Amino acid sequence: MSISVPALMGQLLIGLINGSFYALLSLGLAVIFGLLNIINFAHGAQYMLGAFVAWFLLNQAGLGYWWALLLVPVVLAVVGIAIERLMLKHLYKLDHLYGLLLTFGLALVLEGLFTHKFGSAGLPYSIPEGLSGGYNLGFMFLPKYRAWVILASLAICLGTWFMIERTKLGSYLRAATENPSMVQAFGVNVPRMVTLTYGFGVGLAGLAGAFAAPIYQVSPQMGSSLIIVVFAVVVIGGMGSIMGSIVTGFGLGIIEGLTKYFYPEASSTVIFVIMAIVLMVRPQGLFGQR
Amino acid sequence: MAADTKPGSDEALHPLASRDELREARYHRNGFVVLFAILVVAPAVLYPVFLMQALCFALFACAFNLLLGFGGLLSFGHAMFLGMAGYLSAHAAKHWGFTPELAILTGTGTAAALGFVTGLIAIRRQGIYFAMITLALAQMVFFYCVQAPFTGGEDGIQAVPRGKLLGLVPLQGLAMYYTVLAIFAAGVLLIHRVIHSPFGQVLKAIRDNEPRAISLGYRTERYKLAAFVMSAALSGLAGATKAIVFQLASLTDVHWTMSGEVVLMTLVGGLGTVFGPVVGAFVLVAMQSYLSQLGAWFTVAEGVIFVACVLAFRRGIVGELEAWLRRRRQKH
Repeated sequence: MSISVPALMGQLLIGLINGSFYALLSLGLAVIFGLLNIINFAHGAQYMLGAFVAWFLLNQAGLGYWWALLLVPVVLAVVGIAIERLMLKHLYKLDHLYGLLLTFGLALVLEGLFTHKFGSAGLPYSIPEGLSGGYNLGFMFLPKYRAWVILASLAICLGTWFMIERTKLGSYLRAATENPSMVQAFGVNVPRMVTLTYGFGVGLAGLAGAFAAPIYQVSPQMGSSLIIVVFAVVVIGGMGSIMGSIVTGFGLGIIEGLTKYFYPEASSTVIFVIMAIVLMVRPQGLFGQR
Repeated sequence: MAADTKPGSDEALHPLASRDELREARYHRNGFVVLFAILVVAPAVLYPVFLMQALCFALFACAFNLLLGFGGLLSFGHAMFLGMAGYLSAHAAKHWGFTPELAILTGTGTAAALGFVTGLIAIRRQGIYFAMITLALAQMVFFYCVQAPFTGGEDGIQAVPRGKLLGLVPLQGLAMYYTVLAIFAAGVLLIHRVIHSPFGQVLKAIRDNEPRAISLGYRTERYKLAAFVMSAALSGLAGATKAIVFQLASLTDVHWTMSGEVVLMTLVGGLGTVFGPVVGAFVLVAMQSYLSQLGAWFTVAEGVIFVACVLAFRRGIVGELEAWLRRRRQKH
């Protein structure tokens, strides 16, 4: 078969974009799971909420894209902190499954409310002025905004990795993941750390939503199908390592893009197939510890 | 021991059972008698279509509860068994000309086979991972159903003939209702039997402490797989019956929201109780038929119930009732 380079590169680019979102979201899930032992099912809904907050800021308050990038994570972090303080904190002594069920309920509430208000059709969010247009690289056309999203999310992922693995604050966080009562005994306020960690993870999901707004339509359903794929990504990578989530996220995005070019029928299922294979060969995930 | 027990009494039947177990067995037996008696006369009062829908979902929820309540495995992908069995049963009845009981068996067998394959993959992890894996596998099945030609895509398989039971009894009106009731009764009694068999005891032991069960010499993964296949097959039985009753198999039944709904039914009714899932299914189906004109608000209501159940009402309706009865008994 002959390979058309622009089409292949186009799919690879889409794969990288999707990979950026997989990485950002699975990173947030991994950070939350590490400290709270809760799988945040509402992560997709919070990503959707981030996109809607960006849309509101533009259409109701006249604040553009760059303001949204600044404000959306803050707003979502506050939402996350409220959820943790009001609900999640009551669940830490129970089976971890209850956290999953509660956040699933929250996801239904958020998705239902926005579907009621905005229907299923997506709302447009235009690409900010400085980032419209693109570069002609000769073998392909690279839209500026997409290049920006890939680079920005890579930077955020690496920044988060650095913060957790290489700073003092991160060492507290890792220690509290290992043994919270010991860290508390050393005088660290672990409950507050847990609250802030959830806020951080939710803020990250919101930021991903703001990044996504100009690429995908802003719609109430944008999060739910994405989060299921992200779950598969998390299972493949294993939640043990931060770098693992980043690498797996981008890697699977690229594989999905390649599949879309070579065998489009399988593009929506390829990640799940990979998950099944990984589970048979290495159940703890590529980067997970037993 | 045997000398001072009267023949025909409960003690004579179960020489090794404790008093609590006997009381529980009596409670379950009376519960089933009351439940089936109500269901036999119910069509005189309630709309049979509503009842049949509720019964299909009740069987589905009981099958789900077998896995979560007694095996400790939270599957977030049970819609794949309900939906796939529905498709196969509808296809067999419509295009292969199968009689309804054979069509339903085809669907059930498909769900069991699907359960075997997905179970082999999913039981390699526990807890939260198990939930995420089943959800992902179900999403894969959903995408397959969207693309596969035989499912009819967005339209689904419509106008499925109900046919004649065993080629003799046309399944119309009350004949359909009592067929569904018989299937439901067979399903829940089988589940009840399984839970109280030695197999069920081992399953509960694995749920409570898997390393201990392993150290006692049980091949726990085989028990978990068997429970998973059984739960899948019974979910398939519910889905296959539903497709014949409503003469329709569609994408709704394979969608992840359906997987969430069965979790909610079980949670509302009472996780790990025998009658909870039945009550939960009736509550949810009733809610659905009364609130259907509210559209997206129904999703919001479901979400709110989820949150309320997890925060304040973890035992569910039947679980709270049983706890209240226990407290009252202890006072006397």
